[in-house]
Amino acid sequence: MTETIASAALAVHENLNIQKRRIQKGEKKTRLSLVTGTHGDELEGQYLAYMVGSFIDQNIDMLDGIVDIYPALNPMGIDSITRGIPMFDLDMNRVFPGSKNGTMAEMLCASIVDDISGSDVCIDVHSSNIFLKEIPQIRMSAPTAQTLLPYAILMNVDFIWIHDAATVLESTLAHTLNTRGTKTLVVEMGVGMRITKEYCRQLFDGVMYLMKELGMWKGEIASVREPIVSEGREVGFVNSDAAGIFVPCANFGDTVKKGDHIGDVVDPLTSEVVEKVKAVCDGLIFTLREYPVVYGGSLLARILQPVSGGEDK
Amino acid sequence: MKKKILFSLRSPYREQLEVTGFCFGHGKKSAAIVGAMRGNEVQQMYVCSRMVQELKKLEAKGHIADDCEIMVIPCVNYYSMNIGKRFWTMDNTDINRMFPGYVQGETTQRIADGLFSKIQGYEYGIQLASFYQPGNFLPHVKMMDTGFTAPALMKDFGLEYGIIRRPRPYDTTTLNYNWQIWGTKAFSVYANATDIIDENAADEAVYAILRFLDTQGIISANTPPAYVTKLTDESKTSQIRSEAAGVFKSLISIGKRVERGDVLGIISDPFDGEVVSEIRSTVSGTIYFEYCAPLINSNTVCFKIIK
Repeated sequence: MTETIASAALAVHENLNIQKRRIQKGEKKTRLSLVTGTHGDELEGQYLAYMVGSFIDQNIDMLDGIVDIYPALNPMGIDSITRGIPMFDLDMNRVFPGSKNGTMAEMLCASIVDDISGSDVCIDVHSSNIFLKEIPQIRMSAPTAQTLLPYAILMNVDFIWIHDAATVLESTLAHTLNTRGTKTLVVEMGVGMRITKEYCRQLFDGVMYLMKELGMWKGEIASVREPIVSEGREVGFVNSDAAGIFVPCANFGDTVKKGDHIGDVVDPLTSEVVEKVKAVCDGLIFTLREYPVVYGGSLLARILQPVSGGEDK
Repeated sequence: MKKKILFSLRSPYREQLEVTGFCFGHGKKSAAIVGAMRGNEVQQMYVCSRMVQELKKLEAKGHIADDCEIMVIPCVNYYSMNIGKRFWTMDNTDINRMFPGYVQGETTQRIADGLFSKIQGYEYGIQLASFYQPGNFLPHVKMMDTGFTAPALMKDFGLEYGIIRRPRPYDTTTLNYNWQIWGTKAFSVYANATDIIDENAADEAVYAILRFLDTQGIISANTPPAYVTKLTDESKTSQIRSEAAGVFKSLISIGKRVERGDVLGIISDPFDGEVVSEIRSTVSGTIYFEYCAPLINSNTVCFKIIK
């Protein structure tokens, strides 16, 4: 069953509709919400939403609970390849919790929060942006880690990044839902404007595993990998200092040593290498720049350091 | 006057970005004035350019106080201005959501850091601000309530209204907020327009800033008579939102007094012209913001009223 959970009239004979699909079977009321499409340039979640819905449809008798799929929180953004809400250039994930009596964006956000609240678990799928590629990972703030980590480790991601809380992130959907008691996991994977089938498949297995653990799925499921958790580790940021074209020579997922050559910034006009990019620390490259044009400051890579004094598995 | 490059950034394909400050007087860092941080803030840049003109004249006459330095930065993000974008050219991030900045961070964090490191430590900070929606404001001054605020100082601008805003989480990375946290008394001046030049509003903003600097003893300037500023909390203002979508027509202008129930505007069907909604005031007060685009969505703020 599909339903419109929020709607706003646009200027010329059209409504902006945010839709969800509810798949329900069995006696249990356990509810999993799969949410994506907050940023219009992030598409990995679109294919994942299709995969999960399609698989459940084909094996509907195995479901014992409620799965709500929200594929497009920012439908106009996806439709127009716009990261924010078109017309306003607003990042939707800085408008939560919104307000029923607020502006259009605030009203939509408040309706979304109301609808998802009460889910047993919510999975909020993002896919970086057009500039960076990310290995499948779940991010959470330190204050929420104790609650969320037991669920995150079931999700078949490679990495769980527990970061410091930041006031500005209090305007996100995940913060709002977690504050209201709906356990919400933020997934980052792949790259903007593309679908990485391999990652969608990986996360699909995680979603099904989580459903099994929640008692919502009676069918067979694949085993999941044990993620690296960032606790006790530092993340090294590699930013460009020069402007030009970034050409990596390390691969995504490589383990590198501090000082290793991981790429060059080159100048196509002068044919010179303007910066030899080196790893800032030992560790695993879990973020790598995908879009070649860089300014000073452009993020090129993130490296997850090993545990102090220890070795990665 | 001294012209200083506060921060520069190389681009792969364009001339180097040079954020430029104009300094007047010598000595104690007294006031910094920042204009456009977004590519559509033409009015904000224009007001600053007018300030440069005024301060040049005052400096030539010796009307800048001893041991006082004023810096004006008309435009931080002219890269975006030159290509018709509001936010940063490449990644569409907003410099005014990157403060206090980070020298080793991403590009707009570095720009914010480069700017903030040069405008930190001033006693007063004045930012020419804009709103994300198309619209006109009654010139007014705003301050964020960070706990370090002295709202009464807003009266020294002599604008009709001074508004205190309780910061939301997304405000914590703005220039204004961070200025205050680092000890600068920071104000946002709204000079009506954004992507067009409104000469009258620019005059009013320039006089207001000169008046403020004069009252603080930083300059000596003659300015036209001022308003007795009414201070109010933003939570006590009212927003009137559209209940329908279509073609918007305002029936009132900013600065006008309205009564509860007055019709402020109409929305008509874009195809057949039938009126689909009358926008009525829910309170009595003075209009200080008016939406100004021809098309309007539902739930859009079309008027703001100070009760």
